[in-house]
Order: sequence, then C-alpha cells, then structure tokens
Amino acid sequence: MTEPKLNGSSEGVAATASGAGPKHRSLRGDVWRQFRRHKGALVGLCVFVFVTVSSFIGPHLMPYDAVEIDVKMRNLGPSWSHPLGTDNLGRDMVARSMVGGQISLLVAITAMALSVFLGTSIGVMAGFFRRLDGVLMRFTDLFLALPVLPLLLVIIMLFRDSLRSAFGPEQGIFMLIVFIIGVTSWMQTARVVRGEVLSIKQQEFVAAAHSIGTRRRNVIFRHILPNCLSPVMVAAALGMAVAIITESALSFLGLGFPSDFPTWGRLLYDGKDFINLTPMRVVGPGLLISLTVISVNFIGDGLRDALDPKLRSR
Amino acid sequence: MLWFIGRRTAIALPTLVAISFIIFAILDLAPGDPTSHLPLTIPAEVREQIRETMGVNDPFLVKWFLWVKQVMIHEPISLIEQLFNIQIGSGDRTRVISWQSRGPVVDTIAERLPQTTWVMGLAFVFGILIAVPVGVISAYKQYSVFDQIGTFVSMVGYSVPTFFTGLLAIVIFSVKLGWFPSYYDTTLEVTDWSSFVAQIKQIVLPVGVLSMFNAAALSRFTRSSMLDNLSEDYVRTARSKGLKEKRVLVRHVLRNSLIPVVTLIAMQVPGIFAGALITEQIFRINGIGHLLISSIHGGDIPMVQTLSFLIAALTVAFNLVADVVYGILDPRIRYD
Repeated sequence: MTEPKLNGSSEGVAATASGAGPKHRSLRGDVWRQFRRHKGALVGLCVFVFVTVSSFIGPHLMPYDAVEIDVKMRNLGPSWSHPLGTDNLGRDMVARSMVGGQISLLVAITAMALSVFLGTSIGVMAGFFRRLDGVLMRFTDLFLALPVLPLLLVIIMLFRDSLRSAFGPEQGIFMLIVFIIGVTSWMQTARVVRGEVLSIKQQEFVAAAHSIGTRRRNVIFRHILPNCLSPVMVAAALGMAVAIITESALSFLGLGFPSDFPTWGRLLYDGKDFINLTPMRVVGPGLLISLTVISVNFIGDGLRDALDPKLRSR
Repeated sequence: MLWFIGRRTAIALPTLVAISFIIFAILDLAPGDPTSHLPLTIPAEVREQIRETMGVNDPFLVKWFLWVKQVMIHEPISLIEQLFNIQIGSGDRTRVISWQSRGPVVDTIAERLPQTTWVMGLAFVFGILIAVPVGVISAYKQYSVFDQIGTFVSMVGYSVPTFFTGLLAIVIFSVKLGWFPSYYDTTLEVTDWSSFVAQIKQIVLPVGVLSMFNAAALSRFTRSSMLDNLSEDYVRTARSKGLKEKRVLVRHVLRNSLIPVVTLIAMQVPGIFAGALITEQIFRINGIGHLLISSIHGGDIPMVQTLSFLIAALTVAFNLVADVVYGILDPRIRYD
C-alpha cells in the first residue's frame, strides 16, 4: 500500500494506462480492481472460499462419516488416513471439522445478517428521522454498556431448555445463539450508518428527490440506502468475524451447541480434555477458527480500502 | 470541569438503572419456579402460600425495586461493615444469598476477586506496555518492515481467540516442553525464593497469552492515532522551528495521540472481567469468571444476577471515567 494519491482525472488516465481504450468502467469493476490490490484481502478471500466450499462439499467426498464410531481407531494421532487424527470414540476429526464448519459458518452468516439488518435499520431511522435520533442513540449507548458475554451466558442458561423443547435441540439452540449474537452486536453498524445517513441527507440529490415529490420510503430505499452500502459491507465482514468468535467462545464455555452437534468451538472444548493424548484435536479446530476469522478480517480490511473512493480513484 | 463531570454522571445513572432493569427482567421472565426444589409432597395451597411469602406474585416493578435496594444499598453497607468491623444501623438487612453456597453472594465474590484482578490486571498492564511503543514505532516508520510485520502480527493477534492461543501455549510450553505449569494454583503463598519462582512460572502463561491479545488491538489503535497526528500542521511547525525529532515525537505528537488511547484503555478495564470468563476457564484460575461460569452451570440465579450487575456497573463506571479523562486531557471536548 502506498499513499493515497488524489488524482482528479483518474478516469482517463487509468483507462489509457491499462491499454483498454475508452472503455466503460463500472463501479463494481473499480471496487474489484482495488480489492485485488490488497494482497491480504485476496488471500483471505481464497482461504474463506476454500474453507466454506470444503465444509459444505467435503463431507460428501470423505470416506468417513462424522458420526461413525469406530472404537478400535480411537485417539489416533495425525496419519495419512486421518490427517487430524480421531477423537476418543474413533470418529475422524477431518469429517467432524467439516460438519462443524457448516454449523459455525451458518451461525456466523445468519447472526451477521441479523446484526447488519438491525444496525442498518436503527442507523437509518436515527439518521433520517430527527425526532427518533435522540431516543435511538441513547438506546444504542445502553446496549454498548451492556456486558455482552455474561448476559449471553445468562440468557442461554435460562432459555435453553424451553427453546429446546419448543423447536428441537438443534433448531432451538441455533435460533437462540443466532438471535443473541445478532441482538448484541448491531451497535457499531448503527452508529456508522447513522453518521453516513446524516451526511447524505444534506446532499443536493436528496433535496432534489424530495422536491419532485418522492415519497419518504422511496427516498430512503432508492437514494439513501444504496449510498450507505460501503460501511454496511465492511460492518458485515467484521460482524461475521465477531460472530464466529462469539459462537466458538460460547461453545468453548460449554454453553453453545450440544456435543453431538459439533461446531468448531465445541470440537475444541471436547478436545481440550484430551490435550495430552491427542493435541491435534485442539490444534485442528482452533486453526480453522483462527484462519477463518483472520481471512474474514482481511476481507473486511480490503473492502474498506476498495470502497473508499479516495483510495479507489488512483 | 465540575459541571462537565456532573453532567456526564447524570447521563450514566439512568443507564445503570436501565441495565439493572434488563438484567432483572431477563432473570425474572425466565421459566422456572422458586419452589421447585421443595418436596413434591407439599400440598398445592401451602406451596401457593410459600410463593406468596416469597413475593413471587408481587408486581414486577415492586420486585425489581426490592432487588435494586438489596444490591445497591444493603450489600455495599454490609461490605463496609465487614471491612471496618463496625455496625451500621441495626444490622438487620436481607442479604443476597447464593443458592449453592447458602452464604451471602458478596462474600464469595470478595474471596474470588483478588485472583482475577491480579492475573488479569497484570496482563492488562503488560498489554499496554507492549502496545504503545509498538504502535508508536510502526506509525513513525509507516510502511517499513517493522510496520508491515506489526500490522500482520496484530491482525493475527486479535483474530485468534484466546481460548485457542491459551490451549496452544499449554500444549507447547507445559505438555511438550514442561517449562510452566498448565494451571494456576491460588493456594500458593510466596514465602521464599522457590515459591516466588513457582508463582512467576504459573503466571507466565495466562498473563503472556492475555497481554498479547490485549496488545494487538491497542497497538493498531495507537498506530492510527499517531498517524492522524503526524500529518497535522503543528508537527510541521514544530519541525520547522528546528526542534529535535525526538522532542517533536515525544512532546508534541505522542502527547496528543495518547488522548484517545488513554480513553480506550479506561473503557477496556471492565473488559478484564469479561475476558476472565474464558482465560480463567483455560488456566483453571478460581476467580470471578470461573465463579460466574460455575454458577451458571449450577443454576445459581442470585449469584449470576449479582455478578452480571457488578460487571455492568463497572462498564458504566469506566465509560464515565473514560469520558471524564477525555475531558481532562482534551479541553475541546468539554464544550460540546
């Protein structure tokens, strides 16, 4: 990365420099071009796609099943047939990590979507309707002051059983974890979006839209929201990293998913009692969590650079 | 200045009340019956009477008010009584009683608090001592090799969760190499040289892991704050006056850049206790975090309520401290 060079007539200069002639450049193409310059982000994207694809497709290609118990093969170290070894019931750790990855990633994506949705709606409302601003921002401050992890643990302790009986052990816990991660992580998004909306609202095109009689709903959805896209996307990437870590932290404390329903954090938690015997049981899932979070954070970094028009105009 | 502090406190108090409301509401709305542990042979009408005397059927607001009175007024007074060995008033106050230990909740918390503050506080201080110099150097030598490595290491540092680095450190340093113990022994008393060495040894792993994690985010923050200030006009003025580079850096840039850093540090103090939840679980330290987890597993609601309220109150208090510190350090903030 070099200093951002503000170049007024970048359109023509860059086009001739790439030798493409006066070709039309779309916003998406520009963003992608800038994104590719960020090596970390590109590597992160590759790693993330690899982890996601292998989690969802891998189990169909594996010779072992994630729940298949083979007691004769228990507590094995890494070998060619079991690259991450086996657990205390002889289940292959690669297969389990893949299945665990599905759940971890699903939780992360859904929780992120919920948190971005909440953050964006609250941010837009606070920024657009002046009357709601004070109330909503106090509300956001209140949520920021809440101790998130202890409260999550308390909520899980209290509502786990009733949700489990209402929606079944898997859906119940899934909904609960997604819900609480989403509900406790929207605050930063809301603040950033509010700031963005406040500045967009002052611009001429919004006044123009108002003056030709566009309804308020359309002003928000057609004019203001698309212009808030970049902070929302960055918040989404970072929110996903937070969601993965929170989910695995909950599982690590024994308050996440049940052990027959593995996630990366749960695998780590189950593996930590066998740390002397088969350290790969800890290292494998731990590396997967770390790699995924690092790659998502790098993607977020790259997105921030790529969506920043000051940097992109080079 | 006093007016500024007073105004900030006035904003913080309603937040505290709202938080106590939320914590109480979550626990009160939760399914469960306080008489469920009593024998099933108790007739239904007697059970109803017990519930009545326990105040289960009182209106929600009454129950909340009584709880707040207990936690915010009775418990602090009892604590002061114990500390100074005096009696205030009749001494006839209802205390918050743990369902597990059958003793006052606050006594157990007071027993567990020193371990947490010692280990976590040490990690916090070391984190700051690492982060600030690293941030300053990487900002001053932006895009140098040091900066590139620093950026990468801190990105990895705050992406990798402590429950993984902690376990990894245990695998490497206590299982494979056998240098340090894998758990923290709170009964160890430092009396002579060998017990002092043992104390140092057992504290290396938790403090090392946690301070690295704390340092990662803070060093990034210091770096960006330094960068903001390095490009300011006053830096150029200072240089053109012919000041020595070291003086420009330390007296002008660093002093201004540390303002947001100090605020962030103040805001992160309550995070010590939230971080303790996981670290204490890894290294088996019997502090506050360990207490909270075990009371959650044991369904000890009064303990959980008090602990989460304590952490929330600390969060609010240190947000206030951060605000006030910012106001003291940066006079522009006071007149918003």
